[in-house]
Amino acid sequence: MKSLHIHSAFLIYGLFMLLSVELFSTENSTQTDTLNDEMAKIPAGSYVPLYTTNKTPRKVATFLLDKLPVTNRQYLAFVKQHPRWQKSKVSKLFADKSYLKNWDSDLSPGKNVRLDGPVTNVSWFAARAFAKFHNKRLPTVDEWEYVARANESLTDATKDEKYTQVILNWYAAKAPKTLPSATTFKPNVYGIYAMHGLIWEWNDDFNNAMVTGESRGDSGLERNLFCAGGAVSSTDVRNYAAFMRFAFRSSLKGSYTTSSLGFRCARDIEKSTTQ
Amino acid sequence: MKHTKKLLGIALLTATALIPVSCEDAVGQKKSEEKTPAKEVNILDEPIKGEEIAILTDAPKVPPQITRRHRTKVIVNMEVTEVVKKMADGVDYTFWTFGGSVPGKFIRVREGDLVEFHLANHPDSKMPHNIDLHAVTGPGGGAAASFTTPGHESVFSFTALNPGIYVYHCATAPVGMHIANGMYGLILVEPKEGLPKVDKEFYVMQGDFYTKGKYGEAGLQPFSMEKAIREDADYVVFNGSVGALTGDNALQAEVGDKVRLFVGNGGPNLVSSFHVIGEIFDNVFTEGGWGSPNKHVQTTLVPAGGSAVCEFTLDTEGTFILVDHSIFRAFNKGAIGMIKATGGDAEQNKIVYSGKTDDRIYQPEGGAIQEIAQDSSKPAPAATKEERIARGKTKYVAVCSACHQANGAGIPAAFPPLAKSDYLNGSKEKSISAVVHGLSGEVTVNGEKYNSIMPSLGLNDEDVANVLTYVYSMWGNNGSEVTPDEVKKVRAMDVKAPDGGH
Repeated sequence: MKSLHIHSAFLIYGLFMLLSVELFSTENSTQTDTLNDEMAKIPAGSYVPLYTTNKTPRKVATFLLDKLPVTNRQYLAFVKQHPRWQKSKVSKLFADKSYLKNWDSDLSPGKNVRLDGPVTNVSWFAARAFAKFHNKRLPTVDEWEYVARANESLTDATKDEKYTQVILNWYAAKAPKTLPSATTFKPNVYGIYAMHGLIWEWNDDFNNAMVTGESRGDSGLERNLFCAGGAVSSTDVRNYAAFMRFAFRSSLKGSYTTSSLGFRCARDIEKSTTQ
Repeated sequence: MKHTKKLLGIALLTATALIPVSCEDAVGQKKSEEKTPAKEVNILDEPIKGEEIAILTDAPKVPPQITRRHRTKVIVNMEVTEVVKKMADGVDYTFWTFGGSVPGKFIRVREGDLVEFHLANHPDSKMPHNIDLHAVTGPGGGAAASFTTPGHESVFSFTALNPGIYVYHCATAPVGMHIANGMYGLILVEPKEGLPKVDKEFYVMQGDFYTKGKYGEAGLQPFSMEKAIREDADYVVFNGSVGALTGDNALQAEVGDKVRLFVGNGGPNLVSSFHVIGEIFDNVFTEGGWGSPNKHVQTTLVPAGGSAVCEFTLDTEGTFILVDHSIFRAFNKGAIGMIKATGGDAEQNKIVYSGKTDDRIYQPEGGAIQEIAQDSSKPAPAATKEERIARGKTKYVAVCSACHQANGAGIPAAFPPLAKSDYLNGSKEKSISAVVHGLSGEVTVNGEKYNSIMPSLGLNDEDVANVLTYVYSMWGNNGSEVTPDEVKKVRAMDVKAPDGGH
């Protein structure tokens, strides 16, 4: 529940969702480990997030992360089993009107998407339901950012000019009509594909950066990241590439969907080894 | 402090509530005060009548002057889009825009208007965006209230309390990058008594751009954060691209017109020394404020994130050049625009400005040749004549057109024409030599004598070949191709000026 420090109405939707998803997952408990070899183990460590002046490193426990963002094919299989997440049937509380807008119809993604390409135009609620169904969860912002610092050879490449330029080039390029498969990218040092340069990705606590810390600096992401605020309350003012992610996250609500926003799933180590 | 104020407020409210009798007296008194013209009336006390949808225009156009003399509710519908457009000939850039082009749409309202602002972010956008209007009184200038993810629309409203011409811009992190990609424009809040009528109003906004490749390097150029942080601009332009206000795009007016320029500067970094060559501003409202104007101004500073209003009457015919008088920006980075004034009485025009009335040779220094350091960069050579022409065009615009003009016509008595040029078509070797070694002393082109200096241009063999092949392919010239080898040979000759003076 820690992720739901949002609006009170939101909290209610969230509760409602968790309950309903719980029902589904008991119905379909067979799905669990089929995607397991598609995950990579991320060793525990720590990193310093950029959105606060507090330079105390934040700890990240070891966990499993999907090597690829969830594909249209995987999402299609999901909505076949869960009609309530189909394009025409989804509740407007949980997904806005552009939900799966690049798909032709409920069960046919159509010519505009590649089945092996990442699914986009999905809401946070939908992404969570998908994860739950696979006995997974969405990665937290800390987990995601921790892994996203890596390039092909280093676990922390954020000081590498080329690393940053790749991200900035993606920002500058117009999105292609049809997104390619993440496998066209080179995997990073953990074996994870396309953390940068393909899509934005949902995080479990996407809207939570404003309440993680204890100091005044954390009291509101909006204030921190608008205009001059960003220059005085961040640990690394040159890390514009990462600023963009925090700005993007803070512009979202759980029901929003956009054409360049998808997700990948994570799982706790304890949970997977006990199965 | 805050607490004290609050308490005081409560105390006052309570006091008012407790003494209704004396209150009546106070109201009566207030009414009589309002009738005396010396007392300033709070704009918020005037009633809001009706509702309208704001007319928004792309630069250089400006929405019509407001004739309404009452407050109203104005609805502004602004759409943010991320688009690939021309930065210069052969150079593209992904601009982030308010309304589809740079600068953003011009907004015009009246002092006291209630502005209901709708900011829509196109579903194909990658970025969230927002708007900070300097015309807004309120935290963030609307930034937090208008923060909008792709495929959504935000609405907020504000009352335009202060008249003036204000910059608006995107204030989403990282702000510098959003502005550097073109997210700025102007909003005019007309004073409640209106603006004096003029014949022409134009919208001109400067901006600096930072690209991976240097000025003129062809292709889709990504944004360079490094250069932006160093404030090392590749392009400084008016209205979003090199040439947006020159040639066929020049501002058009007639002799006798009173002209009002709304000049903005989006930055992100550079302060503009805004100047119109051959014109003196009759009035400048510095920094966009409606105080008493400065009179008879040559060059006015327009700060990044600021503005100015320049008014002048066109007293004679001709082309008047808009520049940032930090002058290398004008001739090397694109900060050039034009106002063409036509018509008027020929005699009168001549009295204001005669043009050249005599031409004689005066050359005590013997026509020194300017040297510019050799360009060391060596791009892959052009494979075909077509490629040569295409690349040559870009070079021509960057290097040659300031003097010889975009249409190759040159400037009478100063810069010889390249169009249908007998000099050019007569000898490739001489033409190459002029570019490679420079040219000084008298030359005759198409029967006209020219006696000025062309500097050696510091272009490499490939560039010289490209630019000359382009020139030969244009404007009725003979279509010759010039190769880098030919240039190399001529360069080796070390030819001096053809006048043989030394």
